[in-house]
Amino acid sequence: MKIIVNGEPADTAAATLASLLAELELADAIVATALNGDMVRAARREATPLAEGDRVEILAPMQGG
Amino acid sequence: MDAMTHKATTAAADPVTFYGTEVTSRLLLGTAQYPSPAILAEAIRASGTEIVTVSLRRESGAAKAGQSFWQLIRDLGVKVLPNTAGCRTVKEAVTTAEMARELFGTPWVKLEVIGEDDTLQPDVFGLVEAARILSRDGFQVFPYTTEDLVVAEKLVSAGCEVLMPWGAPIGSGRGLNNPYGLRSMRAHFPGIPLVVDAGVGLPSHAAAAMELGYDAVLLNTAVAKAGDPVRMARAFAAAIAAGREAVIADPMEVRDMAAPSTPVMGRALFGS
Repeated sequence: MKIIVNGEPADTAAATLASLLAELELADAIVATALNGDMVRAARREATPLAEGDRVEILAPMQGG
Repeated sequence: MDAMTHKATTAAADPVTFYGTEVTSRLLLGTAQYPSPAILAEAIRASGTEIVTVSLRRESGAAKAGQSFWQLIRDLGVKVLPNTAGCRTVKEAVTTAEMARELFGTPWVKLEVIGEDDTLQPDVFGLVEAARILSRDGFQVFPYTTEDLVVAEKLVSAGCEVLMPWGAPIGSGRGLNNPYGLRSMRAHFPGIPLVVDAGVGLPSHAAAAMELGYDAVLLNTAVAKAGDPVRMARAFAAAIAAGREAVIADPMEVRDMAAPSTPVMGRALFGS
Protein backbone atom coordinates (compact mmCIF):
# COMPACT_ATOMS: atom_id res chain seq x y z
CA MET A 1 0.00 0.00 0.00
CA LYS A 2 1.38 3.40 -0.99
CA ILE A 3 1.20 6.19 1.57
CA ILE A 4 3.10 9.42 2.28
CA VAL A 5 5.25 9.49 5.42
CA ASN A 6 6.70 12.87 6.42
CA GLY A 7 6.20 14.10 2.89
CA GLU A 8 7.99 11.17 1.21
CA PRO A 9 6.27 8.35 -0.71
CA ALA A 10 6.44 5.05 1.20
CA ASP A 11 5.32 1.47 0.60
CA THR A 12 4.02 -0.24 3.72
CA ALA A 13 2.38 -3.48 4.81
CA ALA A 14 1.21 -1.84 8.05
CA ALA A 15 -2.54 -1.92 8.61
CA THR A 16 -2.52 0.59 11.47
CA LEU A 17 -0.56 3.65 12.51
CA ALA A 18 0.92 1.67 15.42
CA SER A 19 2.26 -1.03 13.11
CA LEU A 20 3.69 1.61 10.77
CA LEU A 21 5.69 3.01 13.68
CA ALA A 22 6.91 -0.51 14.50
CA GLU A 23 7.88 -1.02 10.86
CA LEU A 24 9.93 2.20 11.01
CA GLU A 25 11.55 1.09 14.30
CA LEU A 26 9.91 4.00 16.10
CA ALA A 27 7.60 1.96 18.35
CA ASP A 28 9.46 3.05 21.48
CA ALA A 29 10.47 6.49 20.26
CA ILE A 30 9.04 9.68 21.71
CA VAL A 31 7.07 10.95 18.73
CA ALA A 32 3.74 12.58 18.00
CA THR A 33 1.64 11.53 15.04
CA ALA A 34 -0.88 13.00 12.65
CA LEU A 35 -2.98 11.41 9.91
CA ASN A 36 -4.17 13.52 6.99
CA GLY A 37 -3.55 16.73 8.92
CA ASP A 38 -5.21 15.75 12.20
CA MET A 39 -3.35 14.68 15.31
CA VAL A 40 -3.67 11.06 16.42
CA ARG A 41 -2.94 10.55 20.12
CA ALA A 42 -0.51 7.80 21.11
CA ALA A 43 -3.34 5.85 22.74
CA ARG A 44 -5.32 5.88 19.47
CA ARG A 45 -2.59 4.58 17.14
CA GLU A 46 -3.51 0.90 17.52
CA ALA A 47 -7.07 1.64 16.51
CA THR A 48 -6.18 3.93 13.60
CA PRO A 49 -6.25 2.07 10.27
CA LEU A 50 -4.19 3.22 7.29
CA ALA A 51 -5.55 3.50 3.76
CA GLU A 52 -4.00 3.95 0.32
CA GLY A 53 -2.79 7.54 -0.17
CA ASP A 54 -2.88 8.48 3.53
CA ARG A 55 -0.54 11.25 4.65
CA VAL A 56 1.21 10.42 7.92
CA GLU A 57 3.32 12.83 9.94
CA ILE A 58 5.72 11.53 12.59
CA LEU A 59 7.23 14.35 14.63
CA ALA A 60 9.95 14.25 17.27
CA PRO A 61 11.44 16.77 19.71
CA MET A 62 13.83 19.12 17.98
CA GLN A 63 15.86 22.23 18.70
CA GLY A 64 13.84 25.43 18.44
CA GLY A 65 13.95 29.16 19.10
CA MET B 1 25.19 42.00 54.08
CA ASP B 2 27.85 40.55 51.81
CA ALA B 3 27.55 40.43 48.03
CA MET B 4 26.44 36.81 47.84
CA THR B 5 23.67 37.24 50.38
CA HIS B 6 22.44 40.35 48.63
CA LYS B 7 22.30 38.57 45.28
CA ALA B 8 20.37 35.66 46.74
CA THR B 9 17.93 37.98 48.51
CA THR B 10 17.07 40.04 45.43
CA ALA B 11 16.71 36.98 43.22
CA ALA B 12 14.42 35.18 45.64
CA ALA B 13 12.29 38.27 46.14
CA ASP B 14 11.86 39.00 42.44
CA PRO B 15 10.40 36.08 40.52
CA VAL B 16 8.34 36.40 37.36
CA THR B 17 5.17 34.33 36.98
CA PHE B 18 3.96 32.78 33.75
CA TYR B 19 0.52 31.15 34.07
CA GLY B 20 1.04 30.53 37.77
CA THR B 21 4.57 29.16 37.43
CA GLU B 22 7.24 31.23 39.13
CA VAL B 23 10.74 31.43 37.71
CA THR B 24 13.70 33.43 38.91
CA SER B 25 15.67 33.75 35.69
CA ARG B 26 14.26 36.34 33.30
CA LEU B 27 16.09 34.89 30.33
CA LEU B 28 14.27 32.40 28.10
CA LEU B 29 16.72 30.66 25.78
CA GLY B 30 16.25 28.96 22.43
CA THR B 31 17.99 25.66 21.74
CA ALA B 32 18.62 25.86 17.97
CA GLN B 33 21.76 26.50 15.92
CA TYR B 34 24.43 25.72 18.54
CA PRO B 35 27.74 24.30 17.30
CA SER B 36 27.17 21.06 19.25
CA PRO B 37 24.84 19.48 21.82
CA ALA B 38 27.59 19.81 24.45
CA ILE B 39 27.91 23.56 23.84
CA LEU B 40 24.10 23.90 23.93
CA ALA B 41 24.02 22.18 27.33
CA GLU B 42 26.85 24.31 28.67
CA ALA B 43 25.23 27.52 27.38
CA ILE B 44 21.93 26.62 29.08
CA ARG B 45 23.75 26.02 32.35
CA ALA B 46 25.82 29.22 32.04
CA SER B 47 22.71 31.32 31.26
CA GLY B 48 20.92 30.23 34.42
CA THR B 49 17.73 29.99 32.37
CA GLU B 50 14.84 27.92 33.70
CA ILE B 51 12.84 27.88 30.44
CA VAL B 52 14.10 26.79 27.03
CA THR B 53 12.19 26.77 23.76
CA VAL B 54 11.95 23.56 21.76
CA SER B 55 10.25 22.49 18.57
CA LEU B 56 8.88 19.53 16.63
CA ARG B 57 10.27 18.21 13.40
CA ARG B 58 9.88 15.19 11.17
CA GLU B 59 11.69 12.24 12.70
CA SER B 60 13.76 10.04 10.42
CA GLY B 61 13.88 6.43 11.52
CA ALA B 62 17.61 6.25 10.91
CA ALA B 63 18.88 9.37 12.64
CA LYS B 64 16.63 9.55 15.69
CA ALA B 65 18.30 12.86 16.47
CA GLY B 66 15.23 14.07 18.26
CA GLN B 67 15.41 11.35 20.89
CA SER B 68 18.92 12.26 22.01
CA PHE B 69 18.07 15.98 21.97
CA TRP B 70 15.08 15.40 24.24
CA GLN B 71 17.19 13.30 26.60
CA LEU B 72 19.72 16.14 26.83
CA ILE B 73 17.03 18.70 27.69
CA ARG B 74 15.45 16.45 30.30
CA ASP B 75 18.81 15.84 31.94
CA LEU B 76 19.25 19.61 32.34
CA GLY B 77 16.04 19.82 34.37
CA VAL B 78 14.71 22.98 32.68
CA LYS B 79 11.10 23.73 31.74
CA VAL B 80 10.28 23.59 28.05
CA LEU B 81 8.26 26.02 25.97
CA PRO B 82 7.40 24.26 22.68
CA ASN B 83 6.99 26.52 19.66
CA THR B 84 4.97 26.31 16.47
CA ALA B 85 7.82 27.74 14.38
CA GLY B 86 7.30 27.71 10.65
CA CYS B 87 3.52 27.34 10.83
CA ARG B 88 1.74 29.56 8.32
CA THR B 89 -1.91 28.73 8.94
CA VAL B 90 -4.16 28.49 11.98
CA LYS B 91 -4.75 24.80 11.29
CA GLU B 92 -1.02 24.02 11.11
CA ALA B 93 -0.30 25.96 14.29
CA VAL B 94 -3.16 24.35 16.23
CA THR B 95 -2.24 20.80 15.13
CA THR B 96 1.45 21.40 15.90
CA ALA B 97 0.52 22.73 19.35
CA GLU B 98 -1.61 19.66 20.05
CA MET B 99 1.23 17.36 19.03
CA ALA B 100 3.69 19.35 21.15
CA ARG B 101 1.42 19.11 24.19
CA GLU B 102 1.40 15.32 23.96
CA LEU B 103 5.11 15.04 23.18
CA PHE B 104 6.46 17.44 25.81
CA GLY B 105 3.72 17.02 28.41
CA THR B 106 3.12 20.75 28.90
CA PRO B 107 0.16 23.04 28.21
CA TRP B 108 2.61 25.87 27.39
CA VAL B 109 3.03 26.83 23.75
CA LYS B 110 4.96 29.62 22.09
CA LEU B 111 2.47 30.37 19.36
CA GLU B 112 3.94 31.47 16.04
CA VAL B 113 1.82 31.97 12.94
CA ILE B 114 4.16 33.38 10.32
CA GLY B 115 2.76 35.72 7.70
CA GLU B 116 5.69 37.09 5.73
CA ASP B 117 8.87 35.44 4.47
CA ASP B 118 11.39 38.29 4.51
CA THR B 119 10.61 39.49 8.01
CA LEU B 120 9.05 36.33 9.51
CA GLN B 121 6.46 38.79 10.75
CA PRO B 122 3.55 37.22 12.62
CA ASP B 123 0.22 36.89 10.80
CA VAL B 124 -1.58 38.63 13.62
CA PHE B 125 -5.05 37.72 12.33
CA GLY B 126 -4.21 34.01 12.29
CA LEU B 127 -2.40 34.42 15.60
CA VAL B 128 -5.47 35.78 17.40
CA GLU B 129 -7.67 33.04 15.95
CA ALA B 130 -5.24 30.26 16.87
CA ALA B 131 -4.76 31.75 20.36
CA ARG B 132 -8.53 31.68 20.91
CA ILE B 133 -8.84 28.05 19.79
CA LEU B 134 -5.88 26.88 21.87
CA SER B 135 -6.81 28.83 25.02
CA ARG B 136 -10.30 27.35 24.89
CA ASP B 137 -8.69 23.92 24.60
CA GLY B 138 -6.70 24.41 27.81
CA PHE B 139 -3.40 25.61 26.38
CA GLN B 140 -1.38 28.35 28.06
CA VAL B 141 -0.41 30.46 25.08
CA PHE B 142 2.73 32.62 24.79
CA PRO B 143 1.97 34.49 21.55
CA TYR B 144 4.80 35.77 19.37
CA THR B 145 3.31 39.07 18.24
CA THR B 146 4.14 42.61 17.21
CA GLU B 147 3.94 45.69 19.44
CA ASP B 148 0.48 46.54 18.03
CA LEU B 149 -1.75 47.39 20.98
CA VAL B 150 -5.03 46.47 19.29
CA VAL B 151 -3.73 43.01 18.41
CA ALA B 152 -2.39 42.66 21.95
CA GLU B 153 -5.82 43.51 23.38
CA LYS B 154 -7.40 40.86 21.20
CA LEU B 155 -4.82 38.30 22.32
CA VAL B 156 -5.62 39.06 25.95
CA SER B 157 -9.35 38.74 25.20
CA ALA B 158 -8.58 35.41 23.52
CA GLY B 159 -7.14 34.15 26.82
CA CYS B 160 -3.43 34.98 26.64
CA GLU B 161 -1.90 35.83 30.03
CA VAL B 162 1.55 36.55 28.55
CA LEU B 163 2.46 38.68 25.52
CA MET B 164 5.69 38.35 23.55
CA PRO B 165 6.24 41.27 21.15
CA TRP B 166 9.20 41.17 18.79
CA GLY B 167 12.19 43.44 19.22
CA ALA B 168 13.14 43.02 15.56
CA PRO B 169 12.73 40.28 12.93
CA ILE B 170 13.73 36.77 14.09
CA GLY B 171 17.46 36.15 13.79
CA SER B 172 18.25 39.71 12.68
CA GLY B 173 20.11 40.80 15.81
CA ARG B 174 18.94 44.37 15.28
CA GLY B 175 17.75 44.93 18.84
CA LEU B 176 14.66 46.98 19.71
CA ASN B 177 13.37 48.49 16.46
CA ASN B 178 10.52 50.36 18.09
CA PRO B 179 11.32 51.30 21.69
CA TYR B 180 8.40 53.75 21.74
CA GLY B 181 5.96 51.00 20.74
CA LEU B 182 7.38 48.64 23.34
CA ARG B 183 7.18 51.38 25.99
CA SER B 184 3.52 52.02 25.09
CA MET B 185 2.79 48.32 25.36
CA ARG B 186 4.34 48.19 28.82
CA ALA B 187 2.25 51.16 29.93
CA HIS B 188 -0.89 49.69 28.41
CA PHE B 189 -0.57 46.25 30.03
CA PRO B 190 0.87 46.90 33.48
CA GLY B 191 -0.36 43.59 34.89
CA ILE B 192 0.53 41.21 32.04
CA PRO B 193 3.95 39.54 31.88
CA LEU B 194 5.65 40.95 28.77
CA VAL B 195 8.57 39.22 27.08
CA VAL B 196 10.64 40.70 24.26
CA ASP B 197 10.98 37.82 21.84
CA ALA B 198 13.16 37.89 18.73
CA GLY B 199 15.63 40.28 17.17
CA VAL B 200 17.90 40.70 20.19
CA GLY B 201 21.55 40.66 19.12
CA LEU B 202 23.53 42.07 22.04
CA PRO B 203 23.32 42.03 25.83
CA SER B 204 22.77 45.81 25.70
CA HIS B 205 19.55 45.19 23.70
CA ALA B 206 18.34 42.80 26.38
CA ALA B 207 19.25 45.26 29.15
CA ALA B 208 17.33 47.98 27.28
CA ALA B 209 14.25 45.75 27.10
CA MET B 210 14.44 45.14 30.84
CA GLU B 211 14.94 48.88 31.49
CA LEU B 212 11.68 49.50 29.60
CA GLY B 213 10.07 47.41 32.31
CA TYR B 214 9.74 44.17 30.37
CA ASP B 215 9.51 41.06 32.51
CA ALA B 216 11.85 38.83 30.51
CA VAL B 217 13.69 38.39 27.22
CA LEU B 218 13.59 35.39 24.89
CA LEU B 219 16.53 34.93 22.55
CA ASN B 220 18.37 32.23 20.65
CA THR B 221 20.56 33.24 17.72
CA ALA B 222 22.50 35.89 19.64
CA VAL B 223 23.86 33.18 21.94
CA ALA B 224 23.97 30.23 19.55
CA LYS B 225 25.80 32.11 16.79
CA ALA B 226 28.28 33.92 19.04
CA GLY B 227 31.91 32.88 18.69
CA ASP B 228 31.72 31.61 22.28
CA PRO B 229 28.07 30.77 23.03
CA VAL B 230 28.74 29.84 26.65
CA ARG B 231 30.39 33.15 27.41
CA MET B 232 27.64 35.04 25.54
CA ALA B 233 25.00 33.19 27.57
CA ARG B 234 26.65 34.48 30.72
CA ALA B 235 26.83 37.99 29.25
CA PHE B 236 23.09 37.99 28.53
CA ALA B 237 22.27 36.70 31.99
CA ALA B 238 24.29 39.53 33.54
CA ALA B 239 22.73 42.18 31.25
CA ILE B 240 19.19 41.02 31.97
CA ALA B 241 19.83 40.97 35.70
CA ALA B 242 21.36 44.47 35.46
CA GLY B 243 18.40 45.84 33.49
CA ARG B 244 15.97 44.37 35.99
CA GLU B 245 17.87 45.81 38.95
CA ALA B 246 17.91 49.19 37.22
CA VAL B 247 14.14 49.25 36.79
CA ILE B 248 13.60 48.36 40.43
CA ALA B 249 16.15 51.01 41.43
CA ASP B 250 14.06 53.71 39.65
CA PRO B 251 16.33 55.58 37.21
CA MET B 252 16.95 59.33 37.32
CA GLU B 253 15.10 61.74 35.04
CA VAL B 254 16.73 62.65 31.74
CA ARG B 255 17.59 66.37 31.34
CA ASP B 256 18.39 68.43 28.30
CA MET B 257 21.13 70.47 29.97
CA ALA B 258 24.12 69.64 32.12
CA ALA B 259 23.77 69.64 35.85
CA PRO B 260 27.00 69.41 37.82
CA SER B 261 27.36 66.20 39.70
CA THR B 262 30.25 67.43 41.78
CA PRO B 263 29.09 69.89 44.44
CA VAL B 264 30.09 73.46 43.50
CA MET B 265 29.79 74.85 47.03
CA GLY B 266 33.16 75.46 48.62
CA ARG B 267 35.23 75.00 45.51
CA ALA B 268 38.58 76.78 45.39
CA LEU B 269 38.79 80.01 43.39
CA PHE B 270 42.01 80.68 41.50
CA GLY B 271 43.01 83.79 39.71
CA SER B 272 41.24 87.07 40.12
